[in-house]
This record gives sequence, C-alpha cells and structure tokens, in this order.
Amino acid sequence: MRFLPLTDADRADMLKTIGAASVDDLFCDVPASARQKGPLPLALGLSEMEVERRLGSMASRNLAPGDVPCFLGAGAYRHHIPAAIDQLLLRGEFLTAYTPYQPEVSQGTLQYLFEFQTQVAMITGMEVANASLYDGATASAEAALMAARVTKRDKILLSGGLHPHYREVTATQARFTHLKVEALAPDPFGIEDLMGRIDSQTACVIVQLPGFFGHLKDYSALAKTCEAQGALLVVAVTEPVALGLIKPPGAMGADIVIGDGASLGVGLNFGGPGLGLMAVREKYVRQMPGRLIGETVDADGKRGWVLTLSTREQHIRREKATSNICTNSGLCALAFSMHMTFLGEAGFTNLAKLNHARAVQLAERLSALKGVKVLPGSFFNEFAVQLPKPATPVVEAMASRRILAGVPVSRFYPSWAEMENLMLIAATETVTDEDMDALIEGLQGVLS
Amino acid sequence: MTVLRFTNEHEWISFDNGTATVGITDYAAHQLGDIVFIELPEIGKSLAKGGQAAVVESVKAASEVYSPASGSVTAINQAIADQPGQVNDSPEGDGWFYKMSLSAPGELSGLMDKDAYEAYLKTLDH
Amino acid sequence: MSPNTFTGNRALVIEEPLIFEQGEPQRSGVDLPQAPEIADRLGGLERQGAIGLPGLAEPECVRHYTRLSQKNFGIDTGFYPLGSCTMKHNPRLNEKAARLPGFAGVHPLQPASTVQGALEAISLLGRWLMDLTGMPAIAMSPAAGAHGELCGLMAIRAAHEDRGDARQIVLVPESAHGTNPATATLCGYQVVSIPANEKGRVDLAALKAKLDNKVAALMLTNPNTCGLFESEILEIAAAVKAAGAYFYCDGANFNAIVGRVKVADLGIDAMHINLHKTFSTPHGGGGPGAGPVVLSERLKAYAPVPFVRAGENGLELVEHCLGDGEKSFGRMKGFHGQFGVMIRSLAYILSMGGNGLWQASSDAVLNANYLLARLSAELTPSFPEGPCMHEALFDDRFLKDTGVTTLDFAKAMIDEGFHPMTMYFPLVVHGALLMEPTETESKQTLDQYVETLLSLARKAKAGGAADDFKAAPRMTPRRRLDETRAARSPVLRWKP
Repeated sequence: MRFLPLTDADRADMLKTIGAASVDDLFCDVPASARQKGPLPLALGLSEMEVERRLGSMASRNLAPGDVPCFLGAGAYRHHIPAAIDQLLLRGEFLTAYTPYQPEVSQGTLQYLFEFQTQVAMITGMEVANASLYDGATASAEAALMAARVTKRDKILLSGGLHPHYREVTATQARFTHLKVEALAPDPFGIEDLMGRIDSQTACVIVQLPGFFGHLKDYSALAKTCEAQGALLVVAVTEPVALGLIKPPGAMGADIVIGDGASLGVGLNFGGPGLGLMAVREKYVRQMPGRLIGETVDADGKRGWVLTLSTREQHIRREKATSNICTNSGLCALAFSMHMTFLGEAGFTNLAKLNHARAVQLAERLSALKGVKVLPGSFFNEFAVQLPKPATPVVEAMASRRILAGVPVSRFYPSWAEMENLMLIAATETVTDEDMDALIEGLQGVLS
Repeated sequence: MTVLRFTNEHEWISFDNGTATVGITDYAAHQLGDIVFIELPEIGKSLAKGGQAAVVESVKAASEVYSPASGSVTAINQAIADQPGQVNDSPEGDGWFYKMSLSAPGELSGLMDKDAYEAYLKTLDH
Repeated sequence: MSPNTFTGNRALVIEEPLIFEQGEPQRSGVDLPQAPEIADRLGGLERQGAIGLPGLAEPECVRHYTRLSQKNFGIDTGFYPLGSCTMKHNPRLNEKAARLPGFAGVHPLQPASTVQGALEAISLLGRWLMDLTGMPAIAMSPAAGAHGELCGLMAIRAAHEDRGDARQIVLVPESAHGTNPATATLCGYQVVSIPANEKGRVDLAALKAKLDNKVAALMLTNPNTCGLFESEILEIAAAVKAAGAYFYCDGANFNAIVGRVKVADLGIDAMHINLHKTFSTPHGGGGPGAGPVVLSERLKAYAPVPFVRAGENGLELVEHCLGDGEKSFGRMKGFHGQFGVMIRSLAYILSMGGNGLWQASSDAVLNANYLLARLSAELTPSFPEGPCMHEALFDDRFLKDTGVTTLDFAKAMIDEGFHPMTMYFPLVVHGALLMEPTETESKQTLDQYVETLLSLARKAKAGGAADDFKAAPRMTPRRRLDETRAARSPVLRWKP
C-alpha cells in the first residue's frame, strides 16, 4: 500500500518493543461483539492509474460549464481563475498545515489570513473581518445568533431578496434556539417593506446585495431605521465581485456583512466548499464567531501574527462560546485572497465592470425576445426573467442542447405557483458573444 | 472598620460604611496569567449573591466573576477595563472591579476571612 | 543564534512585507479585456472612490505566496504529531481527482440530468461510509466535524420533539472537545458535564446517576480524547437507551478503528466522520473539511436536506422538506455539502480499498503504542495500564521541579524540526502532551522523534536548562510571539 511506510519486519519489531503479541491485542478494549468480523464490504485498493480511470469516467458523466455556454448563478458564479493560483495552493506548506496554533512555524498561514481579513474588510467597507466561516448560508445563521447576543433580542427578519438557502439555514438554526424568524415572501420585484416590520424586539434584519433576484438597493435608510430601533442591519453578499463596482454595505451603515467568497479563487465544485465571509463593526468584534488573526511582535521585537481573541471560541469557552465552529475554510480563504491580490485594485474593478457590461448586453438581447420579459430594476451580473412558460422544462430542454441557460426560481420555491415561470440568468466575464448567440437561438427554439 | 472577606471562587469583598468593593484575589490573578480583557457590570445593575458580575479573560482562559454578595452596582473601575494589566499588578488594591451597595450585609458572615481563605488555598492542588 | 544580515533575511527564509506594503494600484497580475462602454443598470449605486487594494504583477504575487509558504510547517515538511488532529499524509491523487473539470467546474444548480456523475460520487461515498460503520443512513451535507455534531443533535432534538418529548439536557464528558458543549448550546440544550474515572474513561456510575427523562442525548468521543477506547461503551449505550435518550458519538477519532470496529454494534445513534482526518483530505491551514453523519434507523427520517435518491430518470436531489424529506429537520448548509472534499475522500478510499483501510488503522494504533512504550522511559504516561488507540497521552509529571513547562518542552521540539504535539488538552490530565503519529510515518521517523524527546526530557530533568527551554524556538522565522499584546490592543487588519 503506497501510503503506508511500515514493513512487516518493522511491525514485528515494534510489537516486540511494545510487548504485545499482535496488533489485535492492542484492540483488547473493544468489546468482542463490536469487532469487525471478516473483511470489509469494500473492494481491494487500486493503483493510481486505476483510480484516475474510475473517477475520470464518473467526472465525464457531468456536463462541465467550461465546455458549454453557462448562465448559472443564484449564489454560485463562474469566474476565470488565474493559473498561478492553483499552483500556489498546492504548495504542501499551505495545503498540509493545520490551524496555526504554533505561530512560530505558521507565519505563512497567519500572514495570508491577516491579509484576507484586511481585503474582506476593505471591499465590504467594514472595520474588521474574521478568518472565514463555512459558507454564506451558515454565515447568515451565525450573523443572526451574533445579532441576538449583541442586542439581547430574539426576532430575526429575513428579506424576500435573501438567498433561499441562507433563509433556510437561518430558520433551521432558529428552530433549535430561542430565535424567532420572520421570513418575508420571496420578492422578485424588489418591493417588500422591511422598515415597517422592525420593532423593539428585532435583533436584526438580513438583506442581500445584489439581491437574490438581482436588484441593487441602497440600504442606507434601512440602516437608519435599524439604528433607531436598536436592531442590527446584516447585509449578505453572494457575489463579492459586485463589490468592485457598487457601493459597499459598510458605506450604507451595515453592522454585519456576511457572504460567500467562492466566486474568487475557489471555483464552483458543485457548490462546496464555499467560503463564509463575515465582517463587522469593530465594537462588536468580541461577539463575532470564527477565528481572528492579530498583529503582534516576537521575542526579538519583530512583527508577526497570532490567533487572537480566542476566548470567544469553543476550545476555550466551551458551552459559552460564540459558536461551535472549529475547522473553517482556511485554504479557500487563501484562494480568495490570492485572487484578490492577483487582480489588485485595477483588475478587481475592471472585472466587476466586465461582468456588469456582459449582463447589460445580455439583458438587452433577452428583452428583444418575444415572450421574454426581463424584470425591471437595477442589477449587477444577474437578473430575473419571466418566461412565457414554466422555467424548469425550458432549462431542461436547453440543457439537452448543451446550454446551461439559467436557474428556475421554482427549484428554491416549489410551492409558489407565481414563481413557476421565473428564471435567474447570470453573465460573468466568462460569457462570450457566441455563448449569448447560442442562448438566444436556443431560447427561440425552445419557447416557440 | 473594614471587613474583608473571600469566596471559594477567589473573589474578595471589602465592606466599609455601607459600601462594598469587589475584586479578584491575588491567587486568581496569578492563575489567570496576563489579563487581557475585562467586562464590568453596568452601574445600577442589581446583582444576586453568586450571580455573574463580570468576565475576566487571559489569552487562553476566560472566567466569570461572581458577586460575593447581593446588592446594586454603584461604581466600576474603568481603569482596569482600559488597562487590564492593572489587575495583575494590584489585584487586591488598584485592580478592584466594582463597588456596590449591599442589600443584605448579613451575607458576608458566610464568607471566609483572610486566615480561612489562606488555609483554603493550601487545600487546592497546586 | 544565526548572525544578523543586512536585509534581515536568513538565506531561504526571506522577510516578506504585507501585500498592502507593496505594488501600485494600476498594476495587476491578471489580464482582462477592457470592459466595453455601456449604459449601466446600477441604479445610481456605483462605488465612490477607490477601495485601496494594492496592485502586483504575476511574478510579484507568485514570489509573495512562495515566501509565505516557506514560513509554514506542513505534513509535507516533517513529522506533525498533533494529537486529535490526524495529520496524516495527503495523497496528491486526491487533489488531481478533485480538479477534474467534470467535478471542479460543475455548478450546483445544473439540471440533475447534467450532473449524474456528481450525484453518483456523493451517493457512492455515502454508501461506503455506511458500509464502513454498518449504520443504515447518512447525512452528507455537514461542512466539518463541529457542523456534523450540530447535524446529529438537531436530528436528535427533532426526533424527541416529534414524540412531544421536550428534553433539555445533553451530557458531555469533561474530557470532550470544546466543540461538543458548544454544539449542544447551539442546539438549545443545557450542558451537564460528567467526570472521567481514574482509567481515563467515562465514569459509568456517575453517568447513570445523571441519566433521567430530562436527558436528550449523551455526546461521547470514542476512541476518546485520551486516546483510549471506551471499554464500557456497550453498558453506556444501554443505559442511554434505557433512559430514552440518544447516543451521539463524536467520530473525530474514527481513524483508529476503521475496519476493526463495527460502529453500528456499539449502540450509537449518530456519529460524524471528519473526512479531513480519517479520509486524508488536507487541513489547508484550517479547512475546508467535511463532516458527514451516519445515523441509526430511529434518526434516519430526520436527516437534513438535501440528500440524493434514485429517481425514475437516474439520481436526483431531494432539496425540500416535502415527500421523502417530510420529517427532515431542514437545511443546514448552502447547496449540497463539501463536494470537493468528498471527491478527495473517494479517491482515497478507492486507493486504499477495504484491505488498506484496515491496515491503516492497524498501523496508526501500532505507531501510537510504539511511542507510548518507548517514550515512557523518560516521559510520564497518563494511563500506562493498557494499550492506547491512535494517540499516546503523557502529562507533565516528568517535568516537575525542572522549571520547564509543557509549552517550553514543545517549543524546544520545533528547533529540532518537529511540529509539537497537542498541548494542555485533554483537560483531565495536568499539562497534557497528546501525540498522534498516524499510520503514514515510518519507523525511522518515529525512532528519531523518540530519541529527540528522550534527550530533551533528560536535559530538562538534569536541571539548569529552564532558561534554555524558555528561549526556544530560536531558529524559526519568528520566535515566541507576544499573545498578550495581540489580545490587549487587537490589530486585526492592515490600515494605510
């Protein structure tokens, strides 16, 4: 077995040192009735070549968006990742390190996480960010719990423009704690009234920018209402590339910004792992979940970094911790941070402009299609369209033409009949003119 | 005349002319190591004997400070919130946590005096 | 101490500033076409002013991250016996497989007909994890161990509530990982701690005394955090069941027993499996992991959405609490779980096979017992009476009156080229040193490690070496860091 260095001679030698007759004897504490009897119901180990063949054939049964026109978004966006990033991610000193508990031999991890925290804080317009959570949806649940701790209240108001998975995960968490969730109806037109529902019991309002249905809204007035009522404003960002072009939530007065950073550096991976982002006002930092890296000096007075404010965390505070999170998304944070570094200010803002331009061009072309209505309002790189028939069969028919046309809203809201004809369409910098031609032509065929 | 008493949880309370001052003992401060953060109660907060009054944190540990007696908070030591190291420097002096007016001064009789506390420390496994 | 240099660099270890202290805003490491001029649809919500990000060209970026990597210790660098963390070799085939465009490039919301291979991968891994444990059901979406714990407790609470039984308490041994009590709180439970006995196991009598009709579940790590198998686990399981409670097993240490113990026969109701430990996926400086949870028949119906099932037109995802998912406690993760991590584990299990997995747990336990036997010559084992499982636990009695602490001892190991073991955990012994060698270390490596530790122990015991230990490490990119300063006035980001 290629991963196991011990030889039979080693094993015999070691047993002798231990004073045991066999390895079985080392398992003497296992009750006889619970021991595995006979061989495992698994095949024998395979060589590298055989494993590659087997998994390669499994992978080839998927339609890879890189091979076909792809307009899917709804919380996961396809972007080009510079080649160098993956090469660097594979450096064993990054890949095979544990959580940086020993700072003297973990300055690499600690420095990139400090840079990551800074980048996230900068693009969201917030004061501080943590070193990552699992994904955007779980970050939403964590934000609700955090807001409840800060405000000592329990009512959580969820916008109808918040990603449905974020809404569901937050509601699941609430069901098992004292939190009470009020989830507004899905809001494809961006017309819901949140302000009227905030009261003296509201811990926080969670909204999204750009919204799940694409809308760009200035939440500054909402932030003022929240402040007046003593509630926190939580803004979710599922597409961080947007922050290269639009007003950041911090500038609107957000108290907590959460989101998913998988758009940058991480890639799609069928939706996981994601990269949970959380940035907050500095005064709330002790109520924030997740790891934090801080700057300090070493015994020689040289600048260095350490894990800090750890008394918030489970390994110290146990049942009184801010969260149970331990393993987070370290390597995804590195991928995100590298992508941001490679882009830089000029690259990041231009990437955002490109995305928006592609989406605007696509919206114009779709508006000209008979029976297709682009929902009104502003957007970044994704918007909703109303089709003349149910979206799910349209998307499936398009897929059989090898075009990934969009995401039917009914996949998230199966019991809402009025959502049946709605489809979300995203266009990133990876979409070409030919891709758009194929989409328009395909839709003409499928809708006629 | 000042009365000084100690708890099993290593808080001290000194009572003089109707006002009591509360802090953590030299032993507690030493056990925690360098204190990095202190959360003090709000002035006016009413505390029950044995209820959580404050939180004190070192780099690797966090512990609650329990009120040695019932009453309401009349003053807090903002200086230690700003400079937590003061508690390490002078836990039973300048490093006091808060002052309170006692609602049941009789409770103090159930606490240890200096000699009893020192005897108690000797029983601890350190 | 190495001599001072003009630059502060030391040959291969080069000082590297923050990215914010380098570059210029107009530079970039990425070529993109210029965005075309369009009439924007931003509704007046354009960003005003610059973000302030630095700009670096590709060679500068590559050098930055290469230099940072050189300040890190990884499994690839050397022996990493961090107890409870299972720092075993991460096969690169796993990485290659996860990067196949048909896996890495797939969007989570494609129609099911276009992702049959991805759904098969999730389903197959789930099948194998059930086979390896003998358990009848599995939840694949939890993102890490602690998230798996939450999944298990949510299923347990949903099951109790379904019967109208509002139990409030979760029992957790004092030796547990901090995630256990934190998870119980996150699931709305009160935590009651149960003590360990002198053999490092749960005190059965104390447990029984605390079991009543208010107890919802017991959370128990097995093998436990002292590296020992809970030998009375069947009695524990029976007592928990008799009290109408559920038995949650923290499977963080499953790597010790894969192929040797049939988990289903231990009487447990739920157990998470850390794919990033037992199944060799990389820790990546703190994630991502994955924490699938195997479930008993009585918890099966409450498993979270989504899950994969066979439909008329192939595999499909059940994404809502409807139909098959009617009793599900709901969704706990965006999309479908840590797919990329699952593919790595699939590659590993295919590589190892049933025979290899059995050999791996055997070697992991053998290696740990070898350390226990040899290091006992100078160090003080906490539970010397019998064999350990995959990790060996020592305490600081051997350092008594030397002036050297567990921390100092561990820091001296760094200069010798070893990553320290886990220190001061579990809390049930004083000054704990918990070592997990894993099965992917050779006898030569273990021997060198043993000789080094024995020599350090002798040096400490000889006396007069305390200052020397306290000055360690000396040869690292940074020496001991001032954590008090970091916590007293936190600097959590760079500022211009």
